[in-house]
Amino acid sequence: MAAAQCAAAHGVDVALLDEQERPGGQIYRSVDDSPLPDPTLLGSDYLYGRQQVADFRNADIDYFSGATVWNLDRNREVSVLVDGKSRGLGADRIVIAAGAQERPMPVPGWQLPGVMTAGAGQILLKSAAMIPPDDVVLAGSGPLLLLLASQYLKAGVGIQAILDTTPRSNRPGAARHLIRALESVSYLAKGMGLIASIRRSRVPVYKEVTALNAHGDEVLEAVRFNSRGRDHELPTGTLMLHIGVIPQLHLAMVVDCEIRWDEAQSCWRPGLDQWLCSTVPGIGIAGDGAGIVGAQASQLQGQLAGLQCVYELGALNRDQRDLKAVAIRKSLDKHLAIRPFLDSIYRPSPEFLTPVDDTMVCRCEEVSAGEIREIARLGCQGPNQAKAFSRCGMGPCQGRQCGSTVAALIAEVQGRKISDVGYYRVRPPIRPITLGQMGNLEK
Amino acid sequence: MFKTLTTVRRNLIRFTLDGQFHQVPAGISVAAALLTAARVSRRSVVSGRARGPYCMMGTCFDCLVCIDGEPNQQACMVTLREGMKIETQPGIRDLDTGTTADMD
Repeated sequence: MAAAQCAAAHGVDVALLDEQERPGGQIYRSVDDSPLPDPTLLGSDYLYGRQQVADFRNADIDYFSGATVWNLDRNREVSVLVDGKSRGLGADRIVIAAGAQERPMPVPGWQLPGVMTAGAGQILLKSAAMIPPDDVVLAGSGPLLLLLASQYLKAGVGIQAILDTTPRSNRPGAARHLIRALESVSYLAKGMGLIASIRRSRVPVYKEVTALNAHGDEVLEAVRFNSRGRDHELPTGTLMLHIGVIPQLHLAMVVDCEIRWDEAQSCWRPGLDQWLCSTVPGIGIAGDGAGIVGAQASQLQGQLAGLQCVYELGALNRDQRDLKAVAIRKSLDKHLAIRPFLDSIYRPSPEFLTPVDDTMVCRCEEVSAGEIREIARLGCQGPNQAKAFSRCGMGPCQGRQCGSTVAALIAEVQGRKISDVGYYRVRPPIRPITLGQMGNLEK
Repeated sequence: MFKTLTTVRRNLIRFTLDGQFHQVPAGISVAAALLTAARVSRRSVVSGRARGPYCMMGTCFDCLVCIDGEPNQQACMVTLREGMKIETQPGIRDLDTGTTADMD
């Protein structure tokens, strides 16, 4: 939204293709049409989105909602599905803002009905005012898990337990970044406020949780785990998992721009310059889809990417662009100051990056971690070969839920770096599309 | 089952899930509507084991259902409309008969 508004404000002709029905992405889902009589329970960060969406709707932008982009090429031709018909759109400049997805948190039994992501819980709350039954268990690590817990408490959900999987061993590394994090006092205060409200609620919080697994015959019936040396089992039909978010990369990958492994964030992200330009001329990438930075920083990056488009299209000269960017960069630096601390304190436990053998790593094709490890022992070079051996990554999710895990498992078995092992080769269509829809291609 | 906060004031719309009528407030996704009444959206085409909505944002494909006769719709990406006929997908299809084979 920010990139589009910035460009439109400088007289550039802008179209925004949104796969959701309403603007706001995942963070501001339904913010301008909330079904909640009291959306304040979602917090001030969410409500901030109201003004953003209102400003966006007032801008001179061609907005396509329910638009599924299934291909993008290096000539900036977009293939998009809207209302069952596929269209081709050409653009002089592209800004990709695909956002983030939940980091997959593979545990044995995570495929059982009743196991969902914390993000799913938030989407249900925000867009449908729906809450889980009172035996819900929240498990994982990170600010979004705390936020969901806090929102659920305000909505009157009786959370059965919170299982904190944050490894104690993260603390020394994180402490190094605390000084810099103090620049973002408001973020720290917010985080501490969430933790305090959860403590006040008396919801049982289990710490240093390991050996997490989900049990049930047809559907989820219980969660088992270990916390500080003791084994536990909690009966429940709903488990919300969360160990952070990672960039959604398929659109960036399909244009074959440079993608790099980020060790601090344990994720792949596109190689970008300081104007958010990718290695493909004319294509910029901004927001959480470029690397996890959070909502406020994403908006600022969007503005920078928008300015860059305006400059490249000749509506601003270099000095004008640079001048406008000064305040944006200053603000961006402040919002980025908290990241090294957050990234290290909430670094996912290896248990979820390289899960135990009887975990279903590829949910679509039902390939276990044990099978991937076996394939790796046979000398498989990377995820693409693993695909040929086992079908992992060949299902409808196109590797979104298994790609990182498969690469991590191969790296673990073969003693290689993940950056060396690589990622699935992404080919169009990056979203499923029928032949009939492809055949209806309109220009 | 998930429940809707009772203070929500929206008009109710009706849909069927595997033939049973249900009513939910308007404006929600098919996956959300399904979760008010059930937990299973489909059976795996690999093993026949049950699956339910997982990510609610279009990245997991576990919420695939048949909507008004169109199969393999991501329920979380479709807004529920009055009178929609939702059917859970019972596994892999039989190529000869076009119906779904029984999984063991």
